[in-house]
Amino acid sequence: MASELKVPTMAEFFASGTVPEVLFWVGCAGSFDDRAKKITKAFVKILNKANVSFAVLGTEESCTGDPAKRAGNEFLFQMQAVTNIEVLNAYEIKKIVTACPHCFNTIKNEYPGLGGNYEVVHHTQFLKQLLTEGRISMEGGTFKGKRITFHDPCYLGRANGVYEAPRDLIRKLDAELVEMKNCKQKGLCCGAGGAQMFKEPEKGDKDVNIERTEQALETKPDIIAAGCPFCNTMMTDGVKNKEKEDAVEVMDIAEMIATAEDL
Amino acid sequence: MQYLPNIIFIILLIVGVGFFVKNISKLRRNIFLGKEASLTDNKPRRWKNMAKIALGQSKMVVRPIAGALHIIVYISFVIINIEVLEIILDGIFGTHRLFAVLGPVYSFLIGSFEILAFLVIVAVVIFWIRRNVIKLKRFFKPEMEGWPKKDGNLILYIELVLMLLFLTMNAADYQLQQMGADHYVAAGSFPISSFIAPIFENVSVSTLIIIERTAWWAHIAGILFFLNYLYYSKHLHILLAFPNTYYGRLTPKGQFKNLQSVTDEVRMMMDPDADPYAEPAEDAAVPDKFGASDVQDLSWVQLMNAYTCTECGRCTSECPANQTGKKLSPRKIMMDTRDRLEEVGKIIDENNGEFKDDGKQLLNDYISPEELWACTSCNACVEACPISIDPLSIIMDMRQYLVMEQSAAPTDLNNMMGNIENNGAPWPFNQMDRLNWSKES
Ligand code: SF4
Ligand code: SF4
Repeated sequence: MASELKVPTMAEFFASGTVPEVLFWVGCAGSFDDRAKKITKAFVKILNKANVSFAVLGTEESCTGDPAKRAGNEFLFQMQAVTNIEVLNAYEIKKIVTACPHCFNTIKNEYPGLGGNYEVVHHTQFLKQLLTEGRISMEGGTFKGKRITFHDPCYLGRANGVYEAPRDLIRKLDAELVEMKNCKQKGLCCGAGGAQMFKEPEKGDKDVNIERTEQALETKPDIIAAGCPFCNTMMTDGVKNKEKEDAVEVMDIAEMIATAEDL
Repeated sequence: MQYLPNIIFIILLIVGVGFFVKNISKLRRNIFLGKEASLTDNKPRRWKNMAKIALGQSKMVVRPIAGALHIIVYISFVIINIEVLEIILDGIFGTHRLFAVLGPVYSFLIGSFEILAFLVIVAVVIFWIRRNVIKLKRFFKPEMEGWPKKDGNLILYIELVLMLLFLTMNAADYQLQQMGADHYVAAGSFPISSFIAPIFENVSVSTLIIIERTAWWAHIAGILFFLNYLYYSKHLHILLAFPNTYYGRLTPKGQFKNLQSVTDEVRMMMDPDADPYAEPAEDAAVPDKFGASDVQDLSWVQLMNAYTCTECGRCTSECPANQTGKKLSPRKIMMDTRDRLEEVGKIIDENNGEFKDDGKQLLNDYISPEELWACTSCNACVEACPISIDPLSIIMDMRQYLVMEQSAAPTDLNNMMGNIENNGAPWPFNQMDRLNWSKES
């Protein structure tokens, strides 16, 4: 078992008069959801191993407001946004990394208009950068030759045009990247976005996550790679529904790297 | 009497173009019933988008078969219209093949028009087969029943007839040239219609002239009819695709606009120096309504989007909600918006330029909350649209109305929003526990 996680808070940095290289925005799912917490921890393990100076807001973090905005509650969204921006600006945050594409999109695109200007990157982009700078090394080992298909999160892919960073990382793991019939610009949603995660679906023939899981399973993967805690839940449920959980694993890219590095 | 045809032609032209101008001004008026949206930024990028997406058809070829066929019809129509200029001048001045003076250039032009016309016929037949024999799924959704389905086929028939008339006219002309008929000087080259001409071999000159003239008149009358048909049809996109792609969004697709009126209010609430009892500033524009429940609440760009929609259904076929059998169809959102806007326009016409409440609105009477709540905001529809239409923005504006004006969100979402309000997360967890994960093994 690896050593304990080092998770410094912004308040601690502030007290010691130093600034971290980057703020890790954990997000609600990453903080509270049991499955997503594993992603959070995997990402922190990599940050610790690479000696990245980072901090979290901890109890000073609050929902970005994304689900409220997509549900139509602009007022609640802006209250959340303005509150968060006050905290971020007070700490003079410059760069933010997050493992949640919804937080990523909201902070990157919708906060600037409300006074919050930061450089925001998705954790796959950040990891890719660490790799290029030689701050982490990746051995394929565990994943060598495995068939891995990547599910594009809507808010990372179509919404913000990030398609390659996660794929580059998968390739680096010596894995065989197989694409679904709908990928990249044409990627099919997992069914969680637009606040769907928090409600029952409307009447229909099928749930969206089942449709997407079927597409993923068509590629005969060993692993379905995800880059979003909500997609992860949706695809995990889909795989369970198809009774394939023994053969196919749903993993976040950070988890894959942490596993490969034996962290 | 000698000038009778010229006079009839000029009258036909004035009536045809006049009606068209009238329709266009109605179109403009209806579009500008929408709210203001300032899109004067970034002109070079906008021109580039228009050139690439509308002129260059860059997004059509995402689906290669439909894309290639569409490009044939599109290019041909644009080019063949050079011929219309000659026809109009001939009609006004009573000349015949006025541009024949161009000699070899003219032969080249007519020759290429003929080949293009032939290609259009081929493309139109394939389009028709896709709609009526293969029955492509995206053309058979509930919103396509009735007029939209007829409209789709009618356009194909009109295009087919226009092309056939053009070729018949040329074939008769070519035959007349061969026979050395008066007035029919040898001009042009006829790579396609020379194959039709043999049918006319044993026809007398006078009958041939009648055939040629009939085809000529029917062709130009058909074009003027088509021009006026546009306003009632999805074919309006041949004009509106250009401004629509120009005004298409330039920001990342995930970026939804922040409502300024809400920002003002939130700032006031958060400002410790603000006097809570102060009268609102004179210039503080308090909107009478959050979000959209009818077409007038949408922006003019969204309304232009609705008129531009080609009903191709690329959006709907990519929509995860629609694919899994939900009622939501982004194409229907656009078609409903146009239908309601037309209805509002009619009411305005009937009431001397003023809108009278007809007890109907876009919400409920056209678009149901069930459709709106099925959207995952995935942007697949926006990505799929070949002419930069954004159905998602309308869905979001209408959700905003449902939630902010009517508190009519599904119960689960109300719970989620209650949680965010009370403890800063969509689930009922305590904000103070946000870092607990770091201590769990
Ligand atoms: S954004 Fe909404 S309407 Fe558009 S494709 Fe996705 S689910 Fe369908
Ligand atoms: S919105 Fe765009 S993609 Fe959808 S039917 Fe209309 S033109 Fe086609």
